Amino acid sequence: MEVEAGGAVERARSGDSDAFRLLVEQHSRAIFRLAFRMTGNEQDAEDVVQETFLRAYRQLDKYEARSSFSTWLYRIASNYSLDLIRMRKRHEEKRERGSVEDRDILQSIPMDSPGPDRLLYGSQVKDRVNAALNELSAQERTAFVLRHFEGQSIQEIGEALGTGTNATKHSIFRAVQKLRKSLEPIVGPAVSSL
Amino acid sequence: MTGHISEEQFVLFYYGESAETVEVESHMAECETCRSDFRTLQLVLNTVDSAPVPERNGEYGKTVWSRLEKQLAGRKRRSFMQWWIWAPAMAALLLTAFLAGRLSHKNDPQVATNQQIRERILLVAVGDHLERSQMVLAELTNAADGQGKLDISDERQTAEQLLDDNRLYRQTARSNGDTVVASVLDDLERVLLEISHSPSEVSSDQLNELRREIESRGVLFKVRVLGSRVRQEESKPVSEKEKRTL
Repeated sequence: MEVEAGGAVERARSGDSDAFRLLVEQHSRAIFRLAFRMTGNEQDAEDVVQETFLRAYRQLDKYEARSSFSTWLYRIASNYSLDLIRMRKRHEEKRERGSVEDRDILQSIPMDSPGPDRLLYGSQVKDRVNAALNELSAQERTAFVLRHFEGQSIQEIGEALGTGTNATKHSIFRAVQKLRKSLEPIVGPAVSSL
Repeated sequence: MTGHISEEQFVLFYYGESAETVEVESHMAECETCRSDFRTLQLVLNTVDSAPVPERNGEYGKTVWSRLEKQLAGRKRRSFMQWWIWAPAMAALLLTAFLAGRLSHKNDPQVATNQQIRERILLVAVGDHLERSQMVLAELTNAADGQGKLDISDERQTAEQLLDDNRLYRQTARSNGDTVVASVLDDLERVLLEISHSPSEVSSDQLNELRREIESRGVLFKVRVLGSRVRQEESKPVSEKEKRTL
């Protein structure tokens, strides 16, 4: 378990706002990275950072030192991101009902694009990765981001999301399956050229 | 290991969570098909890593804190005497008593009067609930549009508190067969949920989204109409019989 600078968590719990400031300064960048990967949007990621610390401040008395403070923060951030993604998806669905043309970014990226070497580092790959991540359900994206980018174990992810081990595994499997389906056409040629 | 490696086994192996690491490795050493499949999976997942994350410099934590500090300073400290802390618990008690009375003494005239009193008290509670909901919706609808962000943390917090009460009242209305009231409370609940899930600070776009949500359901209007109906009921004079039992 990590040790927070100068027992900042304990001091923050007893109402020391300077200690809470230290915690904010220590963890903001990591929470931003997690939030951006989950929401795929800079503005939303900023909201998640802000909201995570507000919620953490309000719930400091509920924090139990069984898990590290950063794991606890990740849990708050991922749950809030999950809510945000779901809300966004609902709004987008409503907006897109009447608009067919911008429904699927993935479809708009041409498949007969230039060779893999150029593509691999080109913006089209990034767009395609973002589009593929956006195709995941909120639950799948959260589980995948926590596993793939944050290196959390399946058990830790299950605890954060309140899901059982099997359900967590399946969220990750489905996410990988969908990503593979979307991205294999552009990495396929690279594989055969290895 | 019999047969080829499944996609799920590959995923667990890739993330180091497989219980069959040795078997997977020895199978791949001999199976070109599985080696190729795994290479593709590696490449796909490595490609995912290419999605860039905007950089935040070392001062970012200080920037976050300076935004937070204002909000934390403005946050009102809850005290035990703030009535909305214990109001939901009181409403729940009241509701339980009300339902218990309705179920157990349907034909007793004396109890029928007590039931009328409970209904009246419940009416007052619902009236207050609608009034507070109306205030939250009106504040968001009428909030001034600015260039920057708008702090709606108070509205959000109130919406969170109102949600539990709303559920109770909606369920009661539905079980009493009052579909009109239940439907208004149902619409209100969806909007309260949206508000409570919003960030504490919203951009102009996010605020407009909330407004559209409120307007598309006509919730504010419905809540006003229902609220005034409830207040009218409340203001009806108490019968002599009711007074005697008070």
